[in-house]
Amino acid sequence: MSHAPTPSQTVGPFYGYALPFPGGSEVAPAGHPDTVTVHGYVLDGLGSPVPDAIVETWQPAPDGSRTGLPGSLRRDPSSGKVIGRDGVDFTGFGRTPTDAAGRWFVRTLPPGGVPYLCAAVFARGLVHHLYTRVYLPDLLDEGAEAADPLLQSLDAERRATLIATRTDPRTYRFDIRLQGDDETVFLEFS
Amino acid sequence: MTARDLPAHPLPDGLSQQEIDSEVARAQAAAEPGAHHPPRDYPPYRSSHFRHPHRSLIPVRDPEAVELSGPAFGVTDVTALDRDLTAQHAGEPLGERITVTGRVLDRAGRPVRGQLVEVWQANASGRYAHQLDQHPAPLDPNFTGFGRCLTDDDGGYSFTTVKPGAYPWRNHTNAWRPAHIHFSLFGTSFSQRLVTQMYFPGDPLLPYDPVIRSVTDQAARERLVSTYDHDLSVPEWSLGYRWDIVLDGPCATWTEEEGDA
Ligand SMILES: [Fe+2]
Repeated sequence: MSHAPTPSQTVGPFYGYALPFPGGSEVAPAGHPDTVTVHGYVLDGLGSPVPDAIVETWQPAPDGSRTGLPGSLRRDPSSGKVIGRDGVDFTGFGRTPTDAAGRWFVRTLPPGGVPYLCAAVFARGLVHHLYTRVYLPDLLDEGAEAADPLLQSLDAERRATLIATRTDPRTYRFDIRLQGDDETVFLEFS
Repeated sequence: MTARDLPAHPLPDGLSQQEIDSEVARAQAAAEPGAHHPPRDYPPYRSSHFRHPHRSLIPVRDPEAVELSGPAFGVTDVTALDRDLTAQHAGEPLGERITVTGRVLDRAGRPVRGQLVEVWQANASGRYAHQLDQHPAPLDPNFTGFGRCLTDDDGGYSFTTVKPGAYPWRNHTNAWRPAHIHFSLFGTSFSQRLVTQMYFPGDPLLPYDPVIRSVTDQAARERLVSTYDHDLSVPEWSLGYRWDIVLDGPCATWTEEEGDA
């Protein structure tokens, strides 16, 4: 721990032509029958949507592997364009800029071994990104909830901010509230 | 919202540089001494006001946390041309050609190998190739301002680009951003993720900029400023800047090694 870390700085407003990439939200192989969609808004302390945020997700593969695979931004060597994942390797990494309405989504496969997706939020006005987790209620039976150290450390009201709402069998709503009474639980790793 | 959550009003529009400077001084006096990262509640950067949590972050110490692992990138994710921002169009961009080189390390000083580094920046006139940037400086048809590379076995990265220009923003009256390059970095764990900005030595705008000043500790701020390195300059071609990056945060391998110790 001898090396002092490089400080964080805001992602600013102009990452839009740089960080997002085609298929960034499409983590699941196209047409995979187990695909789930997680979607929601990023909201500020006034409850207004944040149209200039990026949400990144990271998760184990369905078999529980945590090593990830390359190929999230697979490129065409002739044109240099991003041609997206190959539909075979599960990379585990997603990146979605919010749209003009402040909405984000990821289409993915349920993670193996844990009931959650990891998420990091970046935005203009946010000087240091924020980590949270998206718990999928279908993976969260009583046993899993009791075994999860983070959920166990939170009271019911705070815990609820981390659990996505199922709106149809394969779709979950997860809003990220940066500030306010129903502020999302954000995490720190040290 | 309850009254407790309704903080002081955001700083109003149209503040002078002097008023912002006193807010910067106030925030610095209130900050935790030696803090490595900026406080998310940072009034001089006005748009932080409604975009930072009021509650404390919840510490996660679970050694099984998925965040202690992270995404992988490889040869399919970058092309050899991506690290040269001057070679993405038919012609040469305008501006002062530079190379920016350094190493990505973890806090134990170990190189971060094979990980993705992404950069984006304004052109030499201080304009981004982004529709929402309406600063009346010229766009450059030969410059987009975005690059990627993977770190090598030594944690090294390198980009060829042009020196970005300063640009105005509307944080306060006469607000100008010093020249900077935005960086996005991945470590071996998701918990080491970093987005930051690199600055240039001797830039006269640095003391006036609430974005770099959001890092309240002077030594930490200095770690955001690259070094001019004459040995990196290429005769008749480009000027060289060096900037090493240290990623904060734990990763799984670390936990194991500490467990062994
Ligand atoms: Fe910028």
